[in-house]
Amino acid sequence: MSFSSEVPALDPGDRVAFLLAHADDNMVLAQRLGAWISSAPELEEDIALGNIALDHLGVARALYTHAGAVEGIGRSEDEFAMTRSERDFTNVLLVEQPNGDFAHTMVRALLFDAYQLELWADLAGSDDPSLAGIAERALKEARYHFRHSSAWVVRLGDGTGESQVRAQAAVDALWRYTAELFEGAAGAYLPGWERQVAEVLADAGLSLPDDGYQRSGGRRGFHSEHLGHLLAEMQWMQRSYPGQEW
Amino acid sequence: MDAAELPGAGMVTSTMTVDVARAREIAAGVVDPEIPVLSIAELGILRDVRSVADRIVVTITPTYSGCPAMQQIEDDVRSALTSAGCGEVEVQIVHSPAWTTDWISPEGHRKLASFGIAPPSHVDDVLCPRCESAAPKMVSRFGSTACKALMVCVSCGEPFDHFKEF
Repeated sequence: MSFSSEVPALDPGDRVAFLLAHADDNMVLAQRLGAWISSAPELEEDIALGNIALDHLGVARALYTHAGAVEGIGRSEDEFAMTRSERDFTNVLLVEQPNGDFAHTMVRALLFDAYQLELWADLAGSDDPSLAGIAERALKEARYHFRHSSAWVVRLGDGTGESQVRAQAAVDALWRYTAELFEGAAGAYLPGWERQVAEVLADAGLSLPDDGYQRSGGRRGFHSEHLGHLLAEMQWMQRSYPGQEW
Repeated sequence: MDAAELPGAGMVTSTMTVDVARAREIAAGVVDPEIPVLSIAELGILRDVRSVADRIVVTITPTYSGCPAMQQIEDDVRSALTSAGCGEVEVQIVHSPAWTTDWISPEGHRKLASFGIAPPSHVDDVLCPRCESAAPKMVSRFGSTACKALMVCVSCGEPFDHFKEF
């Protein structure tokens, strides 16, 4: 079973929750990636990560806006992004994990990009035309993101001794946040994701961690401590000066 | 693309026919703020201009999710129509069907090249917009804006933007 067949059948409240969860994934990752601007290893990478962050931000905005329309009580994208609390955010734990070193950021991106390839390919067939359109466009972008993150993971894993150690440490540290991506109907995405990720890690000379302890809770609003700090920084202006525009 | 060839152009039935035609012409002339040689009609994002009740409704489909120019384009369309005396204007964003670079008109392709941006094509078929040499080198798949990749010509040595096929 996949989401594209399931979404239209959900009741409106569930549809809003579904849209917000995916909007939150993109919003939080956009914030994380944007933090690399001016600090990436090279200028081209500043620009690439800035562009990828903008893609995720754009998807988040479109999904928030659509959620507001489905909900029908006039909540805007800004209200969803800027005035909901940590417990209301339902992004997966993976995207809120700190950037760490560059290898960490790239491995996190790889794990998430491979998931989004499956997600958007599925949702592009949704009976909800707005969601299908957003997904169709996001799928094309996800292919660029995946090409970027997988190329970096291969370069780092197959690079120097130091880069190999760091890339493997990132895989080992982040693996525990991957099972959450495939909870519920999203389980249909797991085989495709595993195939893609295993292929990249093999090319990179990195080993797949043994299945072990897995963290979960993001989709229910139970987050790691990192999300609160991110939201505090992102939201403080609107919280301090509600409705402020510039 | 001519305004008259835009999707939905034939659907308009209104007592304000003349005004709608004029509104469509004005909207079609709004340029992309980041690629000012290209109008939004040539870019293929202007999907429809029609009159509903007593206002003009313009439909636009966004390019890339991360394109920061969309808000600007929305504002520019609204202000171009308002200042031309079109009365109340509404700009609607429609996500489906999703925009593709196939919607960029042939004239748009020509203008991109003359502006120094290699028009969308498969990455193996890109020609240097300055000397038309083949097989430029990819510097970065993420260039000066979300829609462009940075390449460099191996023949004349000039770096240039390639509008990514999408």
